[in-house]
Amino acid sequence: MTDLLSKFDPYIAEHKGLLDTGVNDPFGVVMEQLLSPTRAIINGRETILVGTYNYMGMTFDAEVIAAGQRALAGFGAGSTGSRVLNGTFAPHIAVEQALKDFYGTKSAIVFSTGYQANLGMVSTLAGKGDYIVLDADSHASIYDGCKLGNAETVRFRHNNVEDLDKRLGRLPADAGKLVILEGVYSMLGDVAPLRELVAVAKQHGAMTLVDEAHAMGFFGAHGRGVYEELGLEDEIDFVVGTFSKSVGTVGGFAVSNHPKFEILRLVCNPYRFTASLPPSVAATAEASIRKLMTATEKRRNLWAVSRQLHAGLKAAGFRMATETPESAIIAVLLPDQAGTVAMWHQLLEHGIYCNMSRPPATPAGIFLLRCSLSAAHTAEDVREIVARFAAARDSLPAAA
Amino acid sequence: MDRDATYARLLELIEPFNKKGVALAEETSFANDLELDSLTVMDLVANIEDEWDINMPLNILPDLETVGQLTDAVEKLKG
Ligand SMILES: Cc1ncc(COP(=O)(O)O)c(C=O)c1O
Repeated sequence: MTDLLSKFDPYIAEHKGLLDTGVNDPFGVVMEQLLSPTRAIINGRETILVGTYNYMGMTFDAEVIAAGQRALAGFGAGSTGSRVLNGTFAPHIAVEQALKDFYGTKSAIVFSTGYQANLGMVSTLAGKGDYIVLDADSHASIYDGCKLGNAETVRFRHNNVEDLDKRLGRLPADAGKLVILEGVYSMLGDVAPLRELVAVAKQHGAMTLVDEAHAMGFFGAHGRGVYEELGLEDEIDFVVGTFSKSVGTVGGFAVSNHPKFEILRLVCNPYRFTASLPPSVAATAEASIRKLMTATEKRRNLWAVSRQLHAGLKAAGFRMATETPESAIIAVLLPDQAGTVAMWHQLLEHGIYCNMSRPPATPAGIFLLRCSLSAAHTAEDVREIVARFAAARDSLPAAA
Repeated sequence: MDRDATYARLLELIEPFNKKGVALAEETSFANDLELDSLTVMDLVANIEDEWDINMPLNILPDLETVGQLTDAVEKLKG
C-alpha cells in the first residue's frame, strides 16, 4: 500500500524542524480565553491581539450578541441543510436585506464562508469558453474557484495595469471575460489601483468582480470598500465579501445590481450543495452590518491606530511592507524564515499576537510579520505594541 | 526551424531561474531537476507570455513538465 500522506513528508520534516528550535508553533496558537476584541489569554498570558481580522471590533458588541442569542433560542442551533433544498430561515432573508441596504444593491446572496463565496462566484460566472483574468496575488479562494470552473484562466502581474491590458488584448474580442480584483491585498496590505484596472477591463468588454474582504466597513463613504472610495460603484459588476472580518462573525456574500443575479442560487454548487449559515450566525451578521452603516467613530479610530502603528514601527527602525499605511494591515518585512519565526516567537513571549506569513502565501522571497488593527485598539495599545516589538527585537539572540 | 528558435530563446528565459546550474535539455523537468516552486513558475510564465505576446492559461501548466513540452506548448500558442 502506498501511503497517500507520504507526499507531505517534506512539510512534516520542515514543521518538526521549526518546532525543534523550541519556538511556539506559528500555525497552532490557542486562545484559551477571549477577554475582548483585542485581548486573549495565550499560554496563560494576557496577550494583545494584532493578528485577527476583527477590524471593526464587533465580536463582543452587546447588540450583536443579543441578536444571535434571540435567533439561537427562536430558530435553534443549526440550519440543518441547504436553503435550496431544505428551506430558508427568516434570518437569512434579513441578513441579505441588510447587505442590500449596506451596499445599495438590488441583490445579495449569502454563502457559508467568504471562501465559498469566491469558489461559487468564480466557478459559476465564467464557464467553458469564457476567460478569467486575475491578479497574480489573488487569494487562494479565487484560485480555487478558477480550478473548480471550466474557464481558461490567465494571470496578470500584481496591480499592473499595463500587464492586464496586454493579457486582455490577446483574448478573442467576443469571448466572455471576467476580471477579478481585490480592493486591499491581505499579505502586504496594499491597495489596488482599481480605477485604472477597471477602466482597462471595460475597454476590453470584460465584466469585473472585486473582493473587498479587507476593506468592508472603513473604505468609502458607506464603508463599502475601495471601489466606493474610488467612485466606481457603477463600474463593478460583482462585489464579494465576508462576515469573518469587519462583520465579526462567519459567512460570505456577493452583491450585485445585475438583473439576472438571483439565478445563481439555482446554478451555483458552493451555494446549493452545502448547509446554509446557522440562523444565529445570520442574525449576528445582520445586527453587525446594520451597525457598521453608521460606525463613523470606529472607522475614524481604526484609521488613526493603523497610521499610528505604521509610523511607530517605522520610527523604531522596522522595514515596512508599504511605504505608507494603505489599509488596516500593517506588515513588517523580514529577511528570512528563521529570523521571522524567531521574532514572531519573541513577540508572543512579550504578549503580542501577530501573524507570520511566508511564500507561497506571500509573493516570492517575502517574509512578513503582519499586524491587523481593530477599531477596538487604543492609542495606548499601539504605543505598547511598538514598545514590545522593540523589546522583542532586543531579546533576539543576535541582538545579545 | 521555428521550434529550434523557440527552444533556444526559452533556454535563455529559463536560465535566470536555474539556480542550481542544471544543464538544460529537452527532458529537463521543472519540478524535479530545476526544483522551481509555484511562485517562480509564475514569474517565468509571465516572461514567456511577454516574449511571444501570448497568454498561457493556468489550466495547461500542470501538463508541462519538461522544457521540451513547454517548447511545444509555446509553439502551439504562437499559432
Ligand atoms: C481576500 C479574501 N477573500 C476571501 C477570504 C475568505 O473569507 P472567509 O474567511 O470568510 O472564508 C479571505 C480570508 O481569508 C480573504 O482574505
